[in-house]
Amino acid sequence: MKKLINAVDQVENQMVAGMVKAYPQYLKKLDCGNVVVRAEKKSGKVALISGGGSGHEPAHGGYVGTGMLDAAVAGAVFTSPTPDQIYEGIKEIATDKGVLMVIKNYTGDVMNFEMAREMAEMEGIKVDQVVVNDDVAVDGSLYTVGRRGVAGTVFVHKIAGALAESGAELEDVKKVAEDVIANVRSMGMAIRPCTVPASGVPGFELKDDEMEVGIGIHGEPGTHRETLKPADEVVDMLLEKILADIDYSGSEVAVMINGSGATPLMELFILNNRVADVLAEKGIKVYKTFVGEYMTSLEMEGFSISLLRLNDQMKELLDAPADTPAFKA
Amino acid sequence: MNSQKVVEILHAVSKKIEEEKDFLTELDNVIGDGDHGINMARGFQKVEEKLDTLQTTDIGNILKTTGMTLVSTVGGASGPLYGTAFMKAGMVVAGKEELTLDDFLACMDAAAEGVKMRGKSTQGEKTMLDSMIPALEAMKKAKEEGQDTPAVLQKGTEAAKEGVEYTKTIIATKGRASYVGERSIGHQDPGATSFTDILETICNCVSA
Repeated sequence: MKKLINAVDQVENQMVAGMVKAYPQYLKKLDCGNVVVRAEKKSGKVALISGGGSGHEPAHGGYVGTGMLDAAVAGAVFTSPTPDQIYEGIKEIATDKGVLMVIKNYTGDVMNFEMAREMAEMEGIKVDQVVVNDDVAVDGSLYTVGRRGVAGTVFVHKIAGALAESGAELEDVKKVAEDVIANVRSMGMAIRPCTVPASGVPGFELKDDEMEVGIGIHGEPGTHRETLKPADEVVDMLLEKILADIDYSGSEVAVMINGSGATPLMELFILNNRVADVLAEKGIKVYKTFVGEYMTSLEMEGFSISLLRLNDQMKELLDAPADTPAFKA
Repeated sequence: MNSQKVVEILHAVSKKIEEEKDFLTELDNVIGDGDHGINMARGFQKVEEKLDTLQTTDIGNILKTTGMTLVSTVGGASGPLYGTAFMKAGMVVAGKEELTLDDFLACMDAAAEGVKMRGKSTQGEKTMLDSMIPALEAMKKAKEEGQDTPAVLQKGTEAAKEGVEYTKTIIATKGRASYVGERSIGHQDPGATSFTDILETICNCVSA
């Protein structure tokens, strides 16, 4: 394993500390652990909390700030944070208007956030939750725990965060978050795996001419493996699954081409070139495109496409001001 | 089984999990996200640090503290699941300083119910329940047949191991392994394996 780290057991602590030192105007770290909150608490609004394992930077700490999250909780690499940590975050940001937890659909994340919610509710804090499950690679059938939450989560942070910032009520913020979840679909693939520092070995192995399709964001294997194809064909394959899942025809969409951590921007633009052409061919209008690293998987080489079908409210909230370390609008 | 013995068992469990760390992680790499051993070892290391202060408290408190420590240090899915299991077991024997075989089985029963509740899961979904439930049933049966504690635990351990073998034959439908679909067939479940490690350690400590 070759990484720029100091000690395997200090990776998360030092990452969070470094992030807070980079953006003191935005972020403050709580003493209890790897929980970051806004440098200045904003009252009179629904507070948004999200989080998950570390290794997805800039998610989620990078989205704490005006118009997006109020707190982000970072667990060990690719491991859900613990309920006590999430609870400390909830307590810190709670307002009279309540707290909305934005959870990615992973068994561990859901269980830990729900335990934290139970703890907060015992203290009389009003808490509700949404679970993001945008990954079309996974069938939402009886045979899985449902689809995973991946990069589409960033759209939930942005849009629900904007509505919360305007002073809307908890039920309305939850409603718009659920609207985003109902209208966003993602799918990813990788050409090179990543190595969790504590494990020291890659999560899977790929030959030079292979790609892993339907990958999640935790270095876990995807749904299947096949021979590597040119970028355009890879885009076509992912888009086909996404476009088949909900009816995008005639709609306006926000596009996210999300790098997994070690994919050059050059390649992300090459991928977007095809995405834009296919959508144009199909009469799907691109309202806004985001190309970059939004929800990474350490040094994995790969990417995901997320398509959000927009309505007027979502467009307005997508454009609303946001000022966070990793997302500005 | 008194408080001191329970502490001794938990020391042995922590040691066992540390020894099995790499193997559990390897299992998880194949069908999950490769952190089961790492997370469990981190949690039990914290439990280990607290054990000396627990020697003189009741068994309910020892188990509850173990559960809370796991919940707050393991993370992932294993943290809430094992944490809930130990906490529920602790609640059943609150205030007790001596456990009978019946108490132990009541703890295991509560633990299994806790895991089902927290994980919204049941047997046959390729999870720790696939070793836990058969083990519990085998132990209850052995107890009814009038076997002594070491023999009962031996039966439980054997059933748990068979449960692990069974997980190789089925598709995961809960947890992260469910995402690899049919590719999960042929591989044993890391959670069922770690539970078996724990039960086997208890069995060895009691028989020794």
